[in-house]
Amino acid sequence: MQKIVERAKELLADGTVNRVLGWKKGDMCFNPEPAFFETAEDLDENFVYGGFCGANLSKYMIDASKLEGKTLVLLKPCDTYSFNQLINEHRVDREKAYIIGVGCKGKLNIETIKQSGVKGILNITENGDMLNIETLYGNTEMKYSDALLERCHVCKGKEHKIYDELIGESQDTSDRERFAEVEKIEKMSPEEKFAFFQKELSKCIRCNACRNVCPACSCRKCVFDSTKFDSSQKANTDSFEEKMFHIIRAFHVAGRCTDCGECSRVCPQGIPLHLFNRKFIKDINEFYGEYQAGADVDAKGPLTEYTFGDCEPSIVKERG
Amino acid sequence: MPINKEFKPKIVAFCCNWCSYAGADLAGSSRLAYPADVKIIKVPCSCRVNPMFILRAFEKGADGVIMCGCHPGDCHYSTGNYYARRRMTLLFSMLDYMGVENGRTRVEWVSAAEGVKFSTTMNEFVEKIYSLGENVRLGDLRCKK
Repeated sequence: MQKIVERAKELLADGTVNRVLGWKKGDMCFNPEPAFFETAEDLDENFVYGGFCGANLSKYMIDASKLEGKTLVLLKPCDTYSFNQLINEHRVDREKAYIIGVGCKGKLNIETIKQSGVKGILNITENGDMLNIETLYGNTEMKYSDALLERCHVCKGKEHKIYDELIGESQDTSDRERFAEVEKIEKMSPEEKFAFFQKELSKCIRCNACRNVCPACSCRKCVFDSTKFDSSQKANTDSFEEKMFHIIRAFHVAGRCTDCGECSRVCPQGIPLHLFNRKFIKDINEFYGEYQAGADVDAKGPLTEYTFGDCEPSIVKERG
Repeated sequence: MPINKEFKPKIVAFCCNWCSYAGADLAGSSRLAYPADVKIIKVPCSCRVNPMFILRAFEKGADGVIMCGCHPGDCHYSTGNYYARRRMTLLFSMLDYMGVENGRTRVEWVSAAEGVKFSTTMNEFVEKIYSLGENVRLGDLRCKK
């Protein structure tokens, strides 16, 4: 973290960049927030980079691209996919960004820690492979790898796809099959599937956090804000709205979703939203060939392309 | 589920202006019968059918939704139905994934000369919807109990 701050101060001082986009300390140690820094003092005082800095900063570059001068942005390996995808869609300006690829050894999920029975958390410090947790009821320890976000267990790899320089070491965290969860649901009977999603989606409070955080979901005008549309931004008035909202949300990013997992991370109700996105990714891979959004800046998305020999929609039925 | 004799399904058919709607016209002028449960909505091209249209039809109480367009390669706008095909494949797969019976959605390519195909397709589809019964799943995803 010290290295990042020093390098950022250097770049601010010599005028290469006008501001730094990073994470600042939150109210608690486990909720740092994305922030812009314009002075060295501010960086010294508030900047933080640690296990809880899971937020994907690439979406903030859409706004930063409209500001004067360059912005120094810190991107983790998975964030670089989103950034590439945004370049592909002409939403960010590569010339306005100075990218420092920061190392990542997996990001922590505070919910996992809380669910393991730890209460009254005051402070969490990283100590090699262990986490030292200070609570109201005394100190405790936990393995770093046990508190990872779901997305880190299915990590796409620790290679930065786009960067100007790299700082920090990464560590591979992938230890699960990416589509295992999706396959498990696919094998259920229709009744079970329905019951599963009913249980999950009935928790939705329509806070729209999943939409707001998603780097792929960046239209200036959103269909969910329209008052004419039946699933507009409001508390649900009828039962179908949640489902429609979630299908549409996932469909709007189908083929563009880099599977960064931000939607599941920010959901205050803990709905596994990545299951929708990952289902689309799995289908696209199966039907139209392997495709990873954001891996290549010039790639054409699977839904903006076609081949004469594409499968017919009836394949869904045949597959059973 | 007990079979409801009174059950009258609501079926929405999105038909493209150039092929399928003309096909439906031909079915009519050839005196070929298809069930009155089918409500046809004319769209400029099958590609105009936003996945949201299909969901919205279900939300408003449809029991089945069928989309008809020109045969691949015959689209009036050259490529519209190729895009529609990919979209619908993904959408249907998602509905299936969420536990909605996959017989409730269907895509069929009907040209302007295929009045017979239009009428048999609609007859088949309506029969299928009768056997599936009322669409309760899409109307009630949130726990109401």
